[in-house]
Amino acid sequence: MSREAILGRVRAALSADRSAESSPLLSYPRTGTLNTEERLQMLEERLHEYDARVFHCPEQALAQRIFEVLSAAGRLRIIHPAALPTSWHAAQLDWTPDSPGLSYAEIEAFDGVLTGATAAVTESGSIVLQHGPAEGRRALTLLPDYHLCVIFENQIVETLPECFDRLKANAAAPTTFISGPSATADIEMTRIKGVHGPRFLDVILVTRPSNFPKLTFQ
Amino acid sequence: MTLITVDPLKAPSFPKAAAELLRDTQLRRNVAHATDVIQHKRAALVAEKSDWQALRTAGAAIRAEALRHLDRYLEQFEKQFTAAGGHVHWASDADEARRIIAGILHDAQADEVIKIKSMTTAEIDLNRSLESAGVRVYETDLAELILQLGHDQPSHIIAPALHKNRHQVRDLFAREMHLPDLADDPPALTEAARLYLREKFLKVKAAICGANFLIAETGSICIVESEGNGRMCLTLSDTLISVAGIEKVIPTFAGLEVLLQTLPRAATGERMNPYNSIWTGVTPGDGPHNMHVVLLDNGRSNLLEKEITRQTLQCIRCGACLNTCPVYRQTGGHAYGSVYSGPIGAILTPQLFALEHAQSLPYASSLCGACYEVCPVKINIPEVLVYLRSRVVDKNRNNLSSVFSQERIGMKMMARIFLNHERFEKAQRMARIFEKPFIGQDGWIHKLPGLAGQWTAARDLAPIPAQSFREWWRGRKASQ
Ligand code: SF4
Repeated sequence: MSREAILGRVRAALSADRSAESSPLLSYPRTGTLNTEERLQMLEERLHEYDARVFHCPEQALAQRIFEVLSAAGRLRIIHPAALPTSWHAAQLDWTPDSPGLSYAEIEAFDGVLTGATAAVTESGSIVLQHGPAEGRRALTLLPDYHLCVIFENQIVETLPECFDRLKANAAAPTTFISGPSATADIEMTRIKGVHGPRFLDVILVTRPSNFPKLTFQ
Repeated sequence: MTLITVDPLKAPSFPKAAAELLRDTQLRRNVAHATDVIQHKRAALVAEKSDWQALRTAGAAIRAEALRHLDRYLEQFEKQFTAAGGHVHWASDADEARRIIAGILHDAQADEVIKIKSMTTAEIDLNRSLESAGVRVYETDLAELILQLGHDQPSHIIAPALHKNRHQVRDLFAREMHLPDLADDPPALTEAARLYLREKFLKVKAAICGANFLIAETGSICIVESEGNGRMCLTLSDTLISVAGIEKVIPTFAGLEVLLQTLPRAATGERMNPYNSIWTGVTPGDGPHNMHVVLLDNGRSNLLEKEITRQTLQCIRCGACLNTCPVYRQTGGHAYGSVYSGPIGAILTPQLFALEHAQSLPYASSLCGACYEVCPVKINIPEVLVYLRSRVVDKNRNNLSSVFSQERIGMKMMARIFLNHERFEKAQRMARIFEKPFIGQDGWIHKLPGLAGQWTAARDLAPIPAQSFREWWRGRKASQ
């Protein structure tokens, strides 16, 4: 069996170097230095650089804001993860919860998808989904041409190491980092936005007054 | 178009291939433009990172640790990935890997497959073997699609079609996709590719990818990409096969927090590339339910024993060393006669595919050190190049033709001359006389006869100065 042959070769080659056992000591900055306001502002700048649009609102006004953004973008038939709070649904739009029976072609045909997120990283302008109840299965945020993502202030971290600290507890979950809409630079190194993933990404950053009850899925 | 094979067993020597490619001015312009753009973007983003050197050091340490205990980390990955419902296969060489993959596709009754760009599958020439087994392969990365439709070869490990410009891509797409009215601006070309591939993503049920990292701790695979074709393939397929070199494993999940900072900056000059996917085996209700990893050795284990060669396997395939290399920037990737080009190719190819082939590659460098400086995992490429040069010399030392070669005799004579200062000065005086007729009007020697002519074929030579330091020193003493 090649398994034994390969591992045997590897072991034989490495045997001489095992005498001095020590794990490497890694030292690099892990935590950020920005305050909440700066963190939000920088995230917004980064998202703009990636051609995503950014909106704000306090949590009480979230449903209203979602309605405004979607209707202004002309996105009326919206799919969403089944567990997304119904309080986010504005009555005027057409909402469909995801269900295992929906085919990929059916998901693709929606005007857009609305989800939450697991975290966002200021330094790299990344939105991170661990595809939990508020984010849905991976196909949901991939096939529709438009993605509206709601991110709460307390989900925003400054550095990638801080982000990985948060992802660790659920490390085996499928995880997607989204840093701007899909893009390619394969022709003459010119960045062209919108290849296969959603071509349009909008983000609502939600400030949460401290007395507001926590949502269960976070 | 100059087409040079990238099969190291058949490719011409580097100087031969390079001489041919250097005549292709269009190609040189395309390569220069592309590498300039990436280099500028990279430099700006590295400059804003005050912890860049600490991250390079940490990245190198993570990769070195993985290699030092490669057997343990591979077994740990296998255990975790299998526990999560995936299947792990081990392939000693390219042929075995191809057979395993064909077998999985056969069992899944797949006669079509969509592919994410992967250097490892290019290394084992997977597409050709699948096609000859009757499996239709669709490359879905834009650059790979350009190469596939144009029957071309990759010339860069990150942007494999950077030797093509927009007009060339337009002509190719217009012909192959039957779009006579296609415009030649990049957005139109990208849109054409989007539409062409959309239908394949929804229809084809088997997919093949590589892996940027395998995570031992969790049994996860990480894929870094830009276009979303990767997400399409690894999410929408029923059967997914990841082909990964055994060196791709890293010990911990947290290791990604370092490598995902350095890789995008070094590779494409971005703070983060548009999409990263990390997943572990099979997730019920989300993505493929038939998940395979093929762990490929194909010569890699031979590099492990000596630390000097082992560092070659630390590579995370960012391509930064290609973009900065003064040799690559002139010749492009095809001259290296392998899917791995540039400085990393010059050390990887001769080691993976045995030194008999690719003997000229360790010499395809000026040893300027730029590659080492940009490498996000601190591979000392010049050190490896010099080591491989010594191996080439050692290997040929006992050939009869080598014993009597002019170079060998010349080097022996030089060694004798350098041993003794009187001999050395005598040689200097003689050289001053012999070189006279060859000194040009500009004071440089452009062409020498015989063996020395090989040296001057590519470089100019400064003549021996009229007075050496020793002569000046003696004269100075005498005049005091
Ligand atoms: S050797 Fe270093 S710089 Fe070159 S591709 Fe590999 S990681 Fe990048």
